[in-house]
Amino acid sequence: MSIYLPIAEMSVDVFLILLMGGGVGFLSGVFGVGGGFLMTPLLIFIGISPAVAVATEANQIVAASVSGVLAHMRRRNVDFKMGIVLTIGGFAGSSIGVVIFTFLREIGQVDLLVRLCYVVFLGIVGSLMLFESGRAILRRQKGTASRGKLHQHTWLHGLPFKMRFRRSRLYISALLPLSIGFFVGILAAIMGVGGGFLMVPAMIYLLGMPTSVVVGTSLFQIIFVTANVTYLQAVNNQTVDIVLALLLLTGAVVGAQIGTKVGGKLRGEQLRGLLALMVLAVCAKIGIELVARPEDLYSINEIDGFGL
Amino acid sequence: MRISRPTTVWLRMPLFALAVLAILQIPADAAREDALLVDLSDELIGISTGFTGASVLLFGTTDGQGDVIVLVRSPNSSVVVRRKARVAGIWVNADELTFDDAPGFYQVAASAPIDEILSPAKAQANQIGVDNIIFRPHEFLTPGEEQVFRDALIRNKQRSGLYGEKVGDVSIQGGRLFRTRLELPANVPTGEYTVTVLLVDNAQIVSRSSTQLSVRKVGIEAKVTEFAFENSHWYGLLAVLIALFAGWFAGFVFRKV
Repeated sequence: MSIYLPIAEMSVDVFLILLMGGGVGFLSGVFGVGGGFLMTPLLIFIGISPAVAVATEANQIVAASVSGVLAHMRRRNVDFKMGIVLTIGGFAGSSIGVVIFTFLREIGQVDLLVRLCYVVFLGIVGSLMLFESGRAILRRQKGTASRGKLHQHTWLHGLPFKMRFRRSRLYISALLPLSIGFFVGILAAIMGVGGGFLMVPAMIYLLGMPTSVVVGTSLFQIIFVTANVTYLQAVNNQTVDIVLALLLLTGAVVGAQIGTKVGGKLRGEQLRGLLALMVLAVCAKIGIELVARPEDLYSINEIDGFGL
Repeated sequence: MRISRPTTVWLRMPLFALAVLAILQIPADAAREDALLVDLSDELIGISTGFTGASVLLFGTTDGQGDVIVLVRSPNSSVVVRRKARVAGIWVNADELTFDDAPGFYQVAASAPIDEILSPAKAQANQIGVDNIIFRPHEFLTPGEEQVFRDALIRNKQRSGLYGEKVGDVSIQGGRLFRTRLELPANVPTGEYTVTVLLVDNAQIVSRSSTQLSVRKVGIEAKVTEFAFENSHWYGLLAVLIALFAGWFAGFVFRKV
């Protein structure tokens, strides 16, 4: 059964989209990530223009994050104060991200930017995760549980505007979460992702938040950042396809529920290792496309009105 | 939707037409003004939820002699053609040229190879064939460079099925009755299309007849697009609200699972 997407202006198979939503939802349930970094490239792969893919995926992530946050709230795993500070940074960052996106779309470089962001950031995060999980698996086999320093003092702790975050048990400068939120917000807007894969490591390693509250708090701020991106993309570029978003999230919701159950049966470092491999695979695929000679060196874009 | 056109009424009056011809001094190029009678099976192609492309039957009669050429053209727009170049190992869009007056959709069908029935000059003057579409470039490059970009534009359009030439696709029966199918792919641009039928005899265009074909979104597709473009603030807010609700609803449904 096919359905015509009004904004993407193309006909797609309903079951294909549901399956994609379900598949990515499953993986996001298993690994506890949003899955935007998988879905946006997939959407582009099936022929949806990058502009519509990025904007529509932001819309879908809003829904995915809300249901995720609800589960974490019941377990009291959300640091709202931290979430709000991150959101303030994220709002500013994602607004600037959409402006950058709109500008690059006009000069025909948005494709390049989206791909470069994917290669660079998925490459960095994937490599780090693979390295870290590999070490953890080795350590487990050796059976030597080494314990790092609980609290390290660096120049970051000398910054002004200190704030107390009770749930995270932190007393740090508000500038830190603000700038992390800002930076991740820019990338979220450009890449059509929630940015959890950047936010979570940043919270753990840069802010030093306890891992129990990291995912819930990250999801909490992702809701606002992706909602902001959705709204701004709709206003600036008219690229949010509600029909596509609804199909994707229907599949994703079901997939995520199954995925969460499977994920509970795997060990943490195994999960992170697998996720790292997946991230690196996406990075490699997009990287190859950038380097390989395109079939046709020329491409066309209609200028006025609809579509990219 | 099937609405027959009133084109039939003013035809079939050869004497009157000849008189009009004499008064108006219609150029010899369209000497048999009444020779063609054309109709479409549909006047409106509605893009609705299940749209996967459409096929319209074009049919009509001639006065008995000559070949038939059918041109289908959607409204023009501006198209930017970009060329990739290798910069530091990766392929990036480097040069570009913008053309005005590029039809979003362009198809030619004919009952015989066009170069056999019409001189190149006549084909060019009437924009018959993808290579004869007149695009207006924004900048002046060397003729060779411009041609490269023009070809790239046509090639890309052909690849997505929007430009094409189908020779022999117009069938003529009994020398008078002709018909062809206009195939519109799922990615057709919307707008008021012009369907022009030309009767060619002795290397001359002796008659021409034009009719309109409307391609537009209908129903919910039209509503969503209109909403997205005309009330984009509310559309954005609604998209966010729907997602918030869907997320909450999913969380609620699966809470106990």
